[in-house]
Amino acid sequence: MILPLKLEGLSYSAAGREIISPLSLSIEAGPSTVILGANGAGKSVLMRLMHGLLEPSSGRILWSQGNERAIRRLQAMVFQRPVMLRRSARDNVLFALRAAGVETTACGERADDALREVGLAHLASNPARVLSGGEQQRLALARAWALHPEVLFLDEPTASLDPGATREIEAVIKAFDAAGTKIVMATHNLGQARRLGDEVLFLHHGRLVERSPVETFFKQPASAEAAAFIKGELPWA
Amino acid sequence: MLIAKADTALVSIIALSLKVSLSAVFFATLLALPLGAAIAVGRFPGRKAIVVLLNALMGLPPVVVGLVVYLLLSRAGPLGDLGLLFTPPAMVVAQTLLILPIIAALARQAVEDAWIEYREQLRSFGVTGLAAAPTLLWDIRYSLVTAILAGLGRASAEVGAVMIVGGNIDGVTRVMTTTIALETSKGDLPLALSLGIVLILLVLLLNAAAFVVKEAAQRRYG
Repeated sequence: MILPLKLEGLSYSAAGREIISPLSLSIEAGPSTVILGANGAGKSVLMRLMHGLLEPSSGRILWSQGNERAIRRLQAMVFQRPVMLRRSARDNVLFALRAAGVETTACGERADDALREVGLAHLASNPARVLSGGEQQRLALARAWALHPEVLFLDEPTASLDPGATREIEAVIKAFDAAGTKIVMATHNLGQARRLGDEVLFLHHGRLVERSPVETFFKQPASAEAAAFIKGELPWA
Repeated sequence: MLIAKADTALVSIIALSLKVSLSAVFFATLLALPLGAAIAVGRFPGRKAIVVLLNALMGLPPVVVGLVVYLLLSRAGPLGDLGLLFTPPAMVVAQTLLILPIIAALARQAVEDAWIEYREQLRSFGVTGLAAAPTLLWDIRYSLVTAILAGLGRASAEVGAVMIVGGNIDGVTRVMTTTIALETSKGDLPLALSLGIVLILLVLLLNAAAFVVKEAAQRRYG
């Protein structure tokens, strides 16, 4: 177990601009965490800091276990636009497994399981780069699924997909959740936050403004910024 | 007409040209791709200077490469004992050195561009630094064809290096470009010109073949 994840006084600046103001919080195993906020609020940067793709300008990121290798091994991330390697769908999953150091004998079966889980078994031998956008994102989820991560970070996984593909992606994310994987997802889509989230972290201009259970957040947002965001995103409400 | 009645001497000249240049492309590619990729993803002091140097070496004058290899391989030189001077292997060595920077510099740029796209994804998989180089090279294999073709173009077109280290010995180290130079100076312009046309056609053919293969593979794999 590498959770809980503790962020202590974490901040991030680039080119003299503060993108994440110092924040401290703890990410526990269990409830799905949705990071909400407008474009430029710092959602993606916060996820990249947690996943170790960016070095914080100050503060610390503490996983409950100190072993560097286990920490890398037990988390996966799915990006808004996943990079597909120029090889077959199945080989993309195998690449992720080998990179994670999974024993070669176990790789084949785990890759096939993962492809079946996301409904891509019939496209296993197709080149990944010629799959549709939705299929590519499902393949990205299969690569993550095969790794059996304890934590899955998702950065706006459906932002460039149509409603049909979005539903399919959300179904796979729910399956991750059901299988016990901790979901940490950035989105600006309120409907998606409601459908998939248990708790909301609301970011505004790089500050963590609010953290509350999803029901409370939408019924009675504690901050004026969150209230304005909900209203702005749902003008018909 | 002159091409039509090509005699065996001419055929062997053309064959040697192809053999020397294609061998040079083979060895240079073998060395240049890992080198270019390592410079692209590596982070070490002096990296920028090396990038500039490598780019500059693309303009290496063939005669200078020929001269350096000549000095290395000449009887009194450090590699003189190998007895390679004025043999086809010496010409391969010279052309390999000549085109290595071209392929390496172009590969470096291509890998670096890909690295920007792949970096986060590979890092997320736990693949960082030099470990990413083979993956990137394999993934941009179609773009690298252009880099290799640039090397082939240079190798098949140059005359200075093979002239100096090969010596343009009839039946031994005479290739198309050295023959053209010789026949021109002798005044046999029709022969020189027809050889020139053959040379251009061959290069065109090789490029067309590479292009077709690349296009087909790209359509198939995206």
